[in-house]
Amino acid sequence: MIPSLFDYKRASSAAEAISLVTEYGEDAKFLAGGHSLLPLMKLRLAAPSVLVDIGRLKDLSYITDAGSYIAIGALTRHMDVETSSIVKQHVPLLACAAGHVGDPQVRHRGTIGGSIAHADSASDLPATTLALGATYVVQGASGTREIAATDFYKGFLESALRPDEMLTEIRVPKMNGAGWSFQKFNRRAQDWAIVGVAAWRGNGGSGVALVNMGSTPVLATDVATALASGASVADAAELAAAQADPQSDLNASAEYRTHLAKVLVRRALEEASK
Amino acid sequence: MKISVTVNGQTHESDVEPRTLLVQYVREDLGLTGTNIGCDTSSCGACSLHLDGEAVKSCTVLAVQADGSQVTTIEGLATDGKMHPMQEAFMQNHGLQCGFCTPGMVMAAIGLLNENPNPTEDEVRIGLEGNLCRCTGYHNIVQSILACAKGGK
Repeated sequence: MIPSLFDYKRASSAAEAISLVTEYGEDAKFLAGGHSLLPLMKLRLAAPSVLVDIGRLKDLSYITDAGSYIAIGALTRHMDVETSSIVKQHVPLLACAAGHVGDPQVRHRGTIGGSIAHADSASDLPATTLALGATYVVQGASGTREIAATDFYKGFLESALRPDEMLTEIRVPKMNGAGWSFQKFNRRAQDWAIVGVAAWRGNGGSGVALVNMGSTPVLATDVATALASGASVADAAELAAAQADPQSDLNASAEYRTHLAKVLVRRALEEASK
Repeated sequence: MKISVTVNGQTHESDVEPRTLLVQYVREDLGLTGTNIGCDTSSCGACSLHLDGEAVKSCTVLAVQADGSQVTTIEGLATDGKMHPMQEAFMQNHGLQCGFCTPGMVMAAIGLLNENPNPTEDEVRIGLEGNLCRCTGYHNIVQSILACAKGGK
């Protein structure tokens, strides 16, 4: 399968990339690792007329300890997030989730920023960074702004990113030793999650987010609120799908997903509470 | 668009459409048909080759993204008529049945041992999550890779 025709522009800086998409407008798309965008283009579900390749902006591939949070450049590949000693030490839930994206070949190419900007609720990293209370830094023609993960996901493959804005950095608060768990239920190892759960608990708080339980990743605040008011893990997990709106598809019915979410949230919280 | 890609040690200057996939480029422009196209949706791993030393799925990489890079395909593994130790291990351990997935399996397996030279059986199985064998011949594929790792090659 071959994508439809497009013009290819290779950016040598973030500023040049932003100026190119500003010039070409909404028909232009950023190309990072290409592992979300190219499959859609091959299926002709996406047909941008211009691809702005940002894959060589090595200055946007980094992982640094910024004190209270870990700063990850948007073009950092999943493999580098998965194996980073800084991420494993301070945000082990994210390292684990990054290691569950696709398969090794996909993780060699796909980037954390590409996955988040694509805003697919079935992807592992949007929900995981949402559970962790991450902030996304975006750069546009009119400057830089920060968007909380809780304000970022707007609908199916829709985010708060404006057409001329590029995600440049992901800031993930350190977990400070909190317990955590990543649960991914699928039929084949490399598949998308039928339902997934990213959860942490400790230091007087908790965070639970759901993969593939609606058109956006879902932050299950009802679960966290129940835990904070003393509910048991089993009782809190019953609220797992209360804020979700799962779809039925070839893999699972909405009812089955709702059931799975409760089971997986319970398992995740049991593991995170150890 | 003009690109320069070094494939199996030989540099090729080519003019390609931006939408040309890397797998199409090596198969159709360079005639290296050892790299197979299976699912064409980055699931099956039949198109795995090495891009700058790492296993990737070449059905989901544009040829223009490989501009300036080093590519190794299954054809580039043997040296002086002698098979790569991983190819030898697949042969000795009957690590293939129909052979369709084999080039991708071998490339993924070499990538796996580059990153983890002494994997456990479980690590081999997890490391091959991106490669499907339609004969379901996984047992001997895993044995082949373990044998190659044990051989220290």
